[in-house]
Amino acid sequence: MARARHPTEDPGWVKALVIGVVMVFLALVLILPLVAVFAEALRKGVPAAVEAVLHEDALAAVKLTLLTAAIAVPFNAIFGLCASWAVAKHDFPGKSFLITLIDLPFSVSPVVAGLIYVLVFGMQGWLGEWLLDNDLKVIFAVPGIVLATVFVTFPFVARELIPLMQEQGTSEEEAAISMGASGLYTFWRVTTPNVRWGLLYGVLLCNARAMGEFGAVSVVSGHIRGLTNTMPLHVEILYNEYDFVGAFAVAALLCLLAIVTLVLKTALEVAQPAVRRGGH
Amino acid sequence: MTAESLAAQRPAAARRPLFRRRSAIPGFGLTLGVTLSILSLVVLIPLSAVALKAAELSPSEFVAAAFSERAMAAYRLTFGAALVAAIANGVFGVLTTWALVRYEFPGKTIINALVDLPFALPTAVAGIALATLYAPNGWIGQFLTPLGIKAAYNPVGVTIALIFIGLPFVVRTIEPVMRDLSADVEEASASLGAGRLQTIWRVILPALGPAWLTGFAMAFARGVGEYGSVIFIAGNMPYKSEIAPLLIIIQLEQFQYAQAASIAVVMLVVSFLMLFVINAIQAFSRRFV
Repeated sequence: MARARHPTEDPGWVKALVIGVVMVFLALVLILPLVAVFAEALRKGVPAAVEAVLHEDALAAVKLTLLTAAIAVPFNAIFGLCASWAVAKHDFPGKSFLITLIDLPFSVSPVVAGLIYVLVFGMQGWLGEWLLDNDLKVIFAVPGIVLATVFVTFPFVARELIPLMQEQGTSEEEAAISMGASGLYTFWRVTTPNVRWGLLYGVLLCNARAMGEFGAVSVVSGHIRGLTNTMPLHVEILYNEYDFVGAFAVAALLCLLAIVTLVLKTALEVAQPAVRRGGH
Repeated sequence: MTAESLAAQRPAAARRPLFRRRSAIPGFGLTLGVTLSILSLVVLIPLSAVALKAAELSPSEFVAAAFSERAMAAYRLTFGAALVAAIANGVFGVLTTWALVRYEFPGKTIINALVDLPFALPTAVAGIALATLYAPNGWIGQFLTPLGIKAAYNPVGVTIALIFIGLPFVVRTIEPVMRDLSADVEEASASLGAGRLQTIWRVILPALGPAWLTGFAMAFARGVGEYGSVIFIAGNMPYKSEIAPLLIIIQLEQFQYAQAASIAVVMLVVSFLMLFVINAIQAFSRRFV
């Protein structure tokens, strides 16, 4: 042996074996599915894929998905800022219970998330008759889709910001306040700049989930083409109609969104290592 | 004696009001109020609708809806597949994390980013991609068919989809712990005469234990509720390859709202138990590890 191996270093064949096993596993579970989406989308050539994406129902789905994310993401970002200010900068009993409640939507099946809004706003639901009398539609309409999306993406920003703000403590804010800054001024000029990368990280993940949510939205949408179909629902409809090129072409768009999300997320983690804090 | 020093002598409980400690930072009432209002309106009150709807049934009707033969088959599949997938992720997740933390290899940055793909990729897209790959004539399925293995449109397919969904939970939970493992401990173990395998088995893996359990529980919990990626590859045959969330949707489509809510209550109870277990593991590991 040319060089004595350090006792905590694995022998070469072990490394090769582990990396090999991991690569085969990841190829089967992660890499091939991603490749398959693009391969299936382009099976009949680029024009067919482009045509499927530019179909009016597909464009309507893209619009609805963008609209949903444009409402749900800022809403949850504002909620996250509000909740993290209350939780991280103040002390009160029941704090960890409150954090658990904020995290609750992560443990609820997306289908149940859709179901609860049907039970509240649906025809047989608590507000069903009142909504009908006032000619308002929530279920099988855009408001229901937005609500279901808000529910499933609810904790993303808050759970990113709460630990970050807790770590930073309260001394900077106390200094600003004691020098006469108002609460709002302190929030915008002291706290927000300190957590802006964490906020961006949370918004990024929240947005990916908001645009991609399927189960919850599927329950409340009613699948009305051109009206209440988001992109993931449109993928399902085309797939069930055996229009595989169309389904995978729209799916490829969503894959691009996922890839952009991963690239931005990785860039953020490299530039600001503090934002990375475990999986969710 | 000044007022401050008098105040300092009083016991802590008397000095501090129960609910709100005087803090220099303003906005507590406002932000907590907004937080609680939104939380109640968006999450808590709608969630209570499930329990109230299920409560409209008599106990025997509830049992008939929530624990019918078809529902029991769906729970067995859902919890069984989620368990097998979490175990698979527990094994391959540790290997993946080990390779990412300990080794250098070409493409490591890309692999590291790809591990999070299931967080970023819409579940329906994952579902149709996996179904296409593992179908009997698919890229991977065609090699399995001659071996007599059917990996789509049956419980195996469900498990494959749940492995995809759960992987990042395990990797991202154990990664920080593995990164922080001090080399000293390993060196000490090696210098005391332990073989490499012994060091891994007796020193490294026990240190990863709580994080591994947390990741395992999170992957399991997510798998139990998963819908989008599963239904395309499951086949959705009643009693055979029908998952519990799909059964809720089927009941809803037949306007059996209370029946749908009953199955949802069972799933919610299990999710909350999982959440409790995860929190308990984390509290335990903070205290003792």
